[in-house]
Amino acid sequence: MNQSTSIYERAGRTPLRDVRRLGALIGGGALAIYGMSRRSRLGMALAAGGGALAYAGTRSRAQRSNPIAHSTVLLNCAPEEAYRFWRNFENLPTFMHHLESVQQTGDRQSKWIAIGPMGKRVSWEAEITGEKENEYISWRSLPGSEIDVKGDVEFKRALADRGTIITARVRYSTPAGLLGEKLAKFMGKDPSFLMTQDLRRLKALIEAGEIPTTEGQSHGPRDRMTAVARTLDPDRPLGREARIGEVLSARRRVS
Amino acid sequence: MKAVCWMGPNKMSVETVPDPTILNPRDAIVRITSTCICGSDLHLYNGFMPTMEQGDIIGHEFMGEVMEVGAGISAEKLKVGDRVVVPFTIACGRCFFCQKQLWSCCDNSNPNYWVAEKLMGFSPSGLFGYTHMLGGYAGGQAQYARVPFADVGPLKIPDGIPDEKVIFLSDIFPTGYFGALNADIEQGDTVAIWGCGPVGQFAIRSALMLGAERVIAIDRFEYRLQMARDGGAETINYEDVDDVVQVLKDMTGNIGPDRCIDAVGMEAHTDSALYAYDRAKQMLRLETDRPFALRQAIQACRKGGTVSVPGVYGGFVDKMPMGAFVNKGLAMKTGQTHMMRFMKPLLERIERGEIDPSFVVSHRVPLNQAPEMYKIFNNKQDNCTKVVLDPWADGAVAA
Repeated sequence: MNQSTSIYERAGRTPLRDVRRLGALIGGGALAIYGMSRRSRLGMALAAGGGALAYAGTRSRAQRSNPIAHSTVLLNCAPEEAYRFWRNFENLPTFMHHLESVQQTGDRQSKWIAIGPMGKRVSWEAEITGEKENEYISWRSLPGSEIDVKGDVEFKRALADRGTIITARVRYSTPAGLLGEKLAKFMGKDPSFLMTQDLRRLKALIEAGEIPTTEGQSHGPRDRMTAVARTLDPDRPLGREARIGEVLSARRRVS
Repeated sequence: MKAVCWMGPNKMSVETVPDPTILNPRDAIVRITSTCICGSDLHLYNGFMPTMEQGDIIGHEFMGEVMEVGAGISAEKLKVGDRVVVPFTIACGRCFFCQKQLWSCCDNSNPNYWVAEKLMGFSPSGLFGYTHMLGGYAGGQAQYARVPFADVGPLKIPDGIPDEKVIFLSDIFPTGYFGALNADIEQGDTVAIWGCGPVGQFAIRSALMLGAERVIAIDRFEYRLQMARDGGAETINYEDVDDVVQVLKDMTGNIGPDRCIDAVGMEAHTDSALYAYDRAKQMLRLETDRPFALRQAIQACRKGGTVSVPGVYGGFVDKMPMGAFVNKGLAMKTGQTHMMRFMKPLLERIERGEIDPSFVVSHRVPLNQAPEMYKIFNNKQDNCTKVVLDPWADGAVAA
């Protein structure tokens, strides 16, 4: 797969972005420390806001207009099994949380719908551009789509027959404009991190037959700090109304 | 249902919460008949474990009756009405680690894998009723619990054995046994064990089962030391001696114990000036764990010996005597217990009458009294070693 590496070169860092990031980190950190020193409700709010700003500072490096998701995982199964599961693109939304659906429209064509920020849907048509059974699949969006997507996945038998190493790469880019902005934000949660989470869910699905979860389990009254922490959780998909509702309904306990 | 919820450091409360439901095909719902407070719950109580959230249902030592099973569980594995002990670690049974019997390292049971990965490189398995970093699964100090991968973990218990004899198969008996097993005990060995809490007590008895010639147990509470002596150990009350390491040398002809077991963990206590130092650093969050027992174990261990650590550590320790560890050629073994490896064989030992684990129980109370029992257990008041809670006793009636 070496020949495809150059397509996915990472966007370079710019000095301006670094300055902004450092500013958010220092400013946010200072606000958080000041807020905590106030020991009051307002102080806590300041601290939380500052913390969020500093947190954004640490993460903003991931906010590129041309995000590349790249990750790899070892599955305890044969390459044939992993390949077969992936090759049916309609299976992808079961472990890729930002996808709402993928519909096979032909042997090599498919229609994808992703969930963007605030639940906004983005859709595109894609075609398979190359594949070798049980080894790799690559695909890209059709020309003229509102979003340009290129992806490939490789299935390789691990040494000593210890399963299959899957390596997946997806690059998203947009012509320009608002949609691009929104998409960048949506992907701003660090695309490679999201990809790693996707592959980990795939691993659980193939190995254990289900994806581990605690969503929907019982709990006692939550407080606001928990609500803040949950909105900042980088693994929490945006735009799933039910989950945002859960965060907002987290109530402070009256003791 | 009623459940014990973590509402902040030093704040446990019994809340009425929704009954659990099946969320995944391999889930089961268990109606809990007995549940316990574990020493590791005290780390949560004291607020030293990061990634807790207010409202979390805690507890990871429980047993009961299967009420409901998911569509992914076959009847020969588990069915409604089965009486089971639930291990505190959750394992999928099919990943690389489960297949190597490293159950507590399961790759697929922690939905918050990435959080643990940041701190530890990789994540261990999910646990019941513990931090979100370790899964954030609702725990078993409640009337019902949801048990994921219920075809792998729960051990069926025949009728006729009382709860109290088998409940500790959920954690502390296998954990104490694993601590002793990890010490690689050879015939004739002297084993020193720091901490005479429940895990230490089971480690003492397991070390003797595994062929130790002599066990020396270390603690500062006389009632716990008495229990250790009842189990066949010699004891040191470290508050009565100047230097535990020197005493251990004196007791072993200056060669040191062959195997040392730290059954204390991150909230150790000691008399030395180092206590104030580590305690202060812990309060300032410069260090998460206070490793006195571990430092002493490394210092005291004979050359070429083994240090086994069943005690819980959550983050980072300071002033680890690495020089002693390396130059004496020690080995260290640790880990959350690979529960499914030990539950069945230990149940058989109980059935054969080789051990009756109920000796550790000091308090039996309704679930409603859990908050005050946390206080008593934490302060080691009232000769408290182990609290068993009854979720259905008077005053704990379901909502």
